[in-house]
Amino acid sequence: MTEVPALSVQGLSVGYTVKGVLQHVLKDVSFTIGRGEAFGLVGESGCGKSTAAYAVLRYLARNGSVEGGEIRIDGRDVYQLDAAALRALRREKVAVVYQDPGRALNPSIRIGDQLAEVFELLGVPAADRAQRSIGMLEKVRIKNAAVVARSYPHQLSGGMQQRVAIAMALASSPTLLILDEPTTGLDATVEAEVLDLIQALRREFDASILFISHNLAIVTRMCDRVGVLYSGRLVEEGPTRDLFAAPCHPYTTELLRCLPRPGMDKATAPLATIPGTLPEPGSVMQGCVFAARCRLADDRCRAEDPPPEGTAPRMVRCHHTDRLAELETEAEAPVHVRKAAGAAALELRKVAKTFGHGDQKVRALREVSLTLNKGETLGLVGESGSGKTTLARAMLGLIAPDAGGEVVLDGQVLHPDLKRRSLDQVKALQIVFQNPDSALNRSHSIARIIGRSMTRLLGLRGAARGEKVKSLLASVRLADRFLDAVPKQLSGGLKQRVAIARAFAGDPKVVICDEPTSALDVSVQAAILNLLVEMQAQQDVSYVFISHDLEVVRYVSDRIAVLYMGELLEVGPAAEVFAGPQHPYTRTLLAASSGEAPGITGAGGPQAQGCIFHALCPARIDGRCETERPAEKMVTPDHMIRCHLEAEALRA
Amino acid sequence: MLVFAGARLLPGDVGRAMLGPFADPAAVATLNHQLGTDRPLLVQYVDWIGDFVTGDLGQSYSYRAPVAQFLWPALLNSAKLALVAFCMVVPLGILGGVMGALYRDRAIDRILSVTGMVATVVPEFVSGLVLLLIFAVWLHWFPLSATAPADAGVLTQFYHLILPSIPLVLILFGYIARMTRTGMIEALDADYTRTAILKGLPRATVIRRHVLRNALLPTISVISTQTVYLIGGLVVIEILFRYQGIGSLIYTAANKKDFPILQAGIMSIGVLFTIMTILADLLYAALNPRIRFGGDG
Repeated sequence: MTEVPALSVQGLSVGYTVKGVLQHVLKDVSFTIGRGEAFGLVGESGCGKSTAAYAVLRYLARNGSVEGGEIRIDGRDVYQLDAAALRALRREKVAVVYQDPGRALNPSIRIGDQLAEVFELLGVPAADRAQRSIGMLEKVRIKNAAVVARSYPHQLSGGMQQRVAIAMALASSPTLLILDEPTTGLDATVEAEVLDLIQALRREFDASILFISHNLAIVTRMCDRVGVLYSGRLVEEGPTRDLFAAPCHPYTTELLRCLPRPGMDKATAPLATIPGTLPEPGSVMQGCVFAARCRLADDRCRAEDPPPEGTAPRMVRCHHTDRLAELETEAEAPVHVRKAAGAAALELRKVAKTFGHGDQKVRALREVSLTLNKGETLGLVGESGSGKTTLARAMLGLIAPDAGGEVVLDGQVLHPDLKRRSLDQVKALQIVFQNPDSALNRSHSIARIIGRSMTRLLGLRGAARGEKVKSLLASVRLADRFLDAVPKQLSGGLKQRVAIARAFAGDPKVVICDEPTSALDVSVQAAILNLLVEMQAQQDVSYVFISHDLEVVRYVSDRIAVLYMGELLEVGPAAEVFAGPQHPYTRTLLAASSGEAPGITGAGGPQAQGCIFHALCPARIDGRCETERPAEKMVTPDHMIRCHLEAEALRA
Repeated sequence: MLVFAGARLLPGDVGRAMLGPFADPAAVATLNHQLGTDRPLLVQYVDWIGDFVTGDLGQSYSYRAPVAQFLWPALLNSAKLALVAFCMVVPLGILGGVMGALYRDRAIDRILSVTGMVATVVPEFVSGLVLLLIFAVWLHWFPLSATAPADAGVLTQFYHLILPSIPLVLILFGYIARMTRTGMIEALDADYTRTAILKGLPRATVIRRHVLRNALLPTISVISTQTVYLIGGLVVIEILFRYQGIGSLIYTAANKKDFPILQAGIMSIGVLFTIMTILADLLYAALNPRIRFGGDG
């Protein structure tokens, strides 16, 4: 190979100095990205993948330093450049798309001006810059580019902001494009759109890509080759499809097993988890980085660091690549999942919600009627703005639905205002939030957080309360030593366990889980999902499970409800919703998330009449769908679809 | 209302204070009656507030002349002094904060923050006296009094006001510098600054275009609230430098129990403060697109 690779990283070691002590974050990491190639760097939070990306850009935190190795972009050694040459490199050769586009764009400068800056740097005459900027916005498929150029970042949605960021990155036609978790935090459909866009533009601009992500599915879809980072060490590398089809390293193997796969559900098997946690950054390590959590580890692994092995294009650092098969044989027996009883735990009767007034009315929910049976999990899916959260808030009594709507718990109509509900009703209906950080009082100890809920909901005090707190923490698998800890001392997964314990403090009948694992790593997500399934089996609780990750929803749910712009389009058994018959919207949503089809481009405006989805529906019946709201149609006794199409057509 | 109550709660009685300790009790009572100060407080209050909102500031007890006659010149004088102090401290404070942030944790940052802190805690009567001794009494660089001769031009007036404004500058410098530094550091560490640097922009452009504007937003609100301190400091400074401003007017009025002047003086400061705050909010809104458009962020 004579051509110069777009990026070559050789033996990179990076450390951060914390309180005077150097902690190694990356150890001897090597990889190259060829021209036009997309390379993915995956790993869980804290593994050093972002550090690697910023080391490439020579932009480390103030206390970070490169301890060894060499980085070349387009053949030039990044760390040998003087300030002017480094600026030139950043200007022309390499560009970045960041994780949080809302914060990566300057809040007080108009989009067009921020974009024009790139052209200014490239020496484009002032007169042409605005036009070029608008052209760039059009390239990232922003429709009214001129309007967007005059906007400020906060006036755009997250997906739009990310398009702008992509436009800004590609404006200089860089050799290397670094994407740092570019779709984390975006909705499933928006995510699909952004990924499609990146793929299309990649062909057009012919840039090499370094793709940083914790999401294995996205990396599989986007990258030619992938490297797996664990605790600062590149443990495995290879062509994406080969590597994920036949991983060679125990960590990769275990990580893939943590993901719910199509066809799996909570009744067949619990998700695999990886015992233990990532080693503390900076802890002195001997031997293989994964040895402490590896089920194949022996004395040799703990003493001797495995060297890179394997024939190109594969690379793996493991002493026991021949014993991987042993990992597969140890699947656990499933928790005994109780059959959901027929009785309704929670019932929504024509719950609607209109925000605003006069001409500014926004219908967030349109007469949603749903039943949640005892011991059942109802998955709630839909894009942001579909009304999922509004529905959850209405159930909890945080917002009052429009007149005529009722929330019925165990046969009793609940008061629309939480404050006017009885203690028993409050106890019976609890929630687990996406972000445990903001849901837990940061200055209280764990014992106090749980204890307070117990006092309030069960009237327990003193020793009785202490006992109950302990047994509850034990049931969410939290050791006693965490009783006196405060939330910030716990990892994300442990905090979510505390939040779950808090929700279960009053022996609830229904728990609403609002994206409970979206902020967590894959292996932690598996553990939390298993915990939720277990709690359900023990306590006969019902869940409303809200998530944008459809595989996760499919795994935990008995039935699934699909919301679009406040309209309930479909509700039925999980397997049927995924396999069909299904609503055209459901099909679009599933295709978007699996990457088989482009996402839904453009938003359908609020439809005054007709089917809510008609503007974007691929199977629209002209003349009917625009004018007539479809009735609820039962395709099987337990499966409702709101569509004009015949059952056979929905099956296709 | 607080102003009114505060003023009336001062010990002593008006007639006694005006006529001196040896005056005939009957004369004191007559005077009190003439001034209306023997009426119930509530009646006096209603009377006063009614006049105040209609623009009638009343008559001074001690000078037997309309309050407005004293108030406006005093306000104008104080405004000049405050303006000089303001014009010195704002650029200095911002510069100090920016330097501190750019050279974070280095010597210059440490020196600036320690100096700012020390200057803030030294009361203005101490720093004022010291400055007066050194620069006016010993070195004769500046005049002793802040009051310029009656026919003086703008420059001379300004020259007279430099020394008195320095204690005020010292007090405020620390606050403004510290706020600017915090805002700057926040903006320097922000993701959008990272974006700007990694675009390949020169450092100076990054600071000028991307950092400063976002960094100065919080500083603006601080400057507006700290202006109150400036006004509070005026009392001491004006007496020390024998300057006929609102501060010395209030001080004299309080000593003489001249309630109309006292109340009018304090109320006018209150009104000024409110106006300053509104102006700062408007400026803040003008610089912050999120507020300007009423967006939801």
